[in-house]
Amino acid sequence: MTALTSPMSRRLRWTFTDGLTLVGRELGRLRQNPGELIAALIFPAIMVVLFGYVFGSAIQVPGGGNYREYLMPGLFSMVIFSAVMGVMVRVATDASRGVMDRFRSMPMARSAVPFGQTGADSLTGLLSLAIMVGAGLLVGWQPHRGLIPTAEAFLLLMVLRYALSWVGVYVGLVVKNDQVADQMVPLFFPVTMLSNSFIPTGGMPGWLRFLADWNPVSAMTAASRELFGNPSVTSGDVAWPLAHPVAAVLLWSAALLVVFVPLSVRTYQRRGR
Amino acid sequence: MTDPIVVAEGLHKSFGDTHALRGLDLSVPRGTVCGVLGPNGAGKTTAVQILATLSDPDAGHARIAGYDVVREAGKVRERIGLAGQYAAVDEKLTGRGNLRMFGRLSHLSRREAHRRADELLERFGLMDAADRPVAGYSGGMRRRLDLITSLILRPEVLFLDEPTTGLDPRSRGEIWASVRELVADGTTVLLTTQYLDEADRLADDIAVIDHGRVIATGTPDELKATIGDRLDVVLEDPAALGPAADVLSALAGTDLTTTGADRLSVALPGGGLRLADIVRELDRAGVAAADVSLRRPTLDEVFLRLTDRKEPVR
Repeated sequence: MTALTSPMSRRLRWTFTDGLTLVGRELGRLRQNPGELIAALIFPAIMVVLFGYVFGSAIQVPGGGNYREYLMPGLFSMVIFSAVMGVMVRVATDASRGVMDRFRSMPMARSAVPFGQTGADSLTGLLSLAIMVGAGLLVGWQPHRGLIPTAEAFLLLMVLRYALSWVGVYVGLVVKNDQVADQMVPLFFPVTMLSNSFIPTGGMPGWLRFLADWNPVSAMTAASRELFGNPSVTSGDVAWPLAHPVAAVLLWSAALLVVFVPLSVRTYQRRGR
Repeated sequence: MTDPIVVAEGLHKSFGDTHALRGLDLSVPRGTVCGVLGPNGAGKTTAVQILATLSDPDAGHARIAGYDVVREAGKVRERIGLAGQYAAVDEKLTGRGNLRMFGRLSHLSRREAHRRADELLERFGLMDAADRPVAGYSGGMRRRLDLITSLILRPEVLFLDEPTTGLDPRSRGEIWASVRELVADGTTVLLTTQYLDEADRLADDIAVIDHGRVIATGTPDELKATIGDRLDVVLEDPAALGPAADVLSALAGTDLTTTGADRLSVALPGGGLRLADIVRELDRAGVAAADVSLRRPTLDEVFLRLTDRKEPVR
C-alpha cells in the first residue's frame, strides 16, 4: 500500500467498521425492546386486515382480479416509505439528546454516522418487508412471474428504501428535536395514500391524479405489480412514471441519493460550526 | 510538565446577533481541575463546544495538548472526553451495550471494548445495573454512565459541561467522587457549572466568565480574598437594625446588606478591624447583639460581586 492510498483506505475501512457498529446498535435496541419487534410484526397484519378486508370488501378491481393481489404491492411501498419516518425520528433523537455531539467529539470516521444509520435501516427494512411478504402470502397474494422478476422487485424495493432513508437522515438532522420529529410521523400516511397503492388513480380529480401519478409511491407500486405479475389497473392517458415504473423508481432513487447523501453528510459534519 | 494542556486565546463566536464569546482566554495546567463559572448565557457551553471540536471559533484559536482544535480536530478528539448537560447515551440500550458501542466507535477492538466496559462499570459502581436498559436508570445513574462513557479512551482532558445540573445532592456527591478519582489518575478536567459549591469543592483554579469573557481567575481562596472577609451580626431586637447599620457602615463601610429582620452582613476591608472593636462599638451605640461572627466570604458572594461589575477586575 502506498503512502498516498493508505490514509484513504484506512478511513474507508473505519467508515465501514463504524457503520457496522451502528447497525449492531440497532440490533441491540431491538433485542432490548421486544415490544418494538412485536409492533413491527403486528403492523403488517393490521394493514392487511384493514385494507384487504375492511376496505377491500367494498372494492371491485376494475377488469376483475383479487383486490388483495392488487393491494399487496401498495403495502410493500408503504413499508418501504416508513424508512423516512423511522430514520428521521432516530436521527432527531440522537441530535436532541446529545448522542450526536458525543459521536462528533469522538475520533470516529465522520461519515460513519449517516452511513451507519441508513445501513441499519436497510437491515430493519428487510425484516419488515419480509414480515409484510409473509402476511401477503397468508392472504393469497403471490408473485406470478418467476424467480428473476420477483428478485428484481425486492431489489428495487430495497434500493428505493435505501435512497429514502437518506431523506430521513437529512430531515432528522435539520429538525434536531425528537418531539417535532414524532409529530411529523403521521404525515407519512397522506403521502403514501395519495397514490395508486389502494385504488387506481384514474377516478381522482385531475390535479390530485397528477400528484398521485408522480408520487414515487405510485411508481414503486406499479413496478411491483409489473414484476410480481399482480393486477394493475390503468385508464386513459397513463402518466410516464406509471408507464415505465421500473425506470421511474431507479431514477427516483438516483435523484434522492444524489441530492440527500451529500446534503446529509455535510449537514452532519457542519452542525454547530 | 508546566505547559498548560488547554489553551484558548481570544476566542470569538457569534450566533446571529448574539456574541456568545468576545475574546475568551483560558489556560489550564495539566492534571488540574479548572472550574468555569458564569451566569446562564455567559458563554460556558459555547467555550466547551469549541474546545471539544464541536464548533469552530469565528476568531482566536485554541489548542489541546498542543493540537489546534480546528486544524487538527482528529488529534484533539483522540485525547478528549466530553460529558454534557444531557445523558448522551442510547436509552434503549443497556449500560453495558452503550459502553461497548462507544468503545467500538472509539476504535477499540471488540475484546478491548468489552473489557473496558466491564472495567468502567465495576469501578464506577454501575455493574449491578449493567444489563438493564438505560431508560430505567435514575437521573444520577444516567449521568454517571454518561461520564464513564467519556472515559473509554482514558482522555487526557475531560470536559464536563454542567455535569450535575438537575441532580439530587446524593447523585451529585457521587459524580464529585468520580471526578476526584479521575484527577487522582492525572486527567485534566475542565468543568463548567452554575453551582459554586461544586467549583469550590472540585476546582484547583476558577475562571469566572461573563458576557463571553473571563473576568477573574484564581484559586477559590484567592477569589475569596479579593472581596475580603465578611462579618455577620444577629441582633437581639430587630428594632436595633437602624443603629446597628449606622455603626457597621461607619466601621466597615462597604457592601452592607440586611440578610433578615434581625441580621446584617458586611464586607470587611482587608485586616485592621478586630472582632472585639466591633463588639465594643455596637455596645457603645446601645445595640445588643445575639451573635457576631467573622467568616470567609462564600464563592456565591464573590460570584455575585464579580458578575455585577461590568468592567474586568483583573
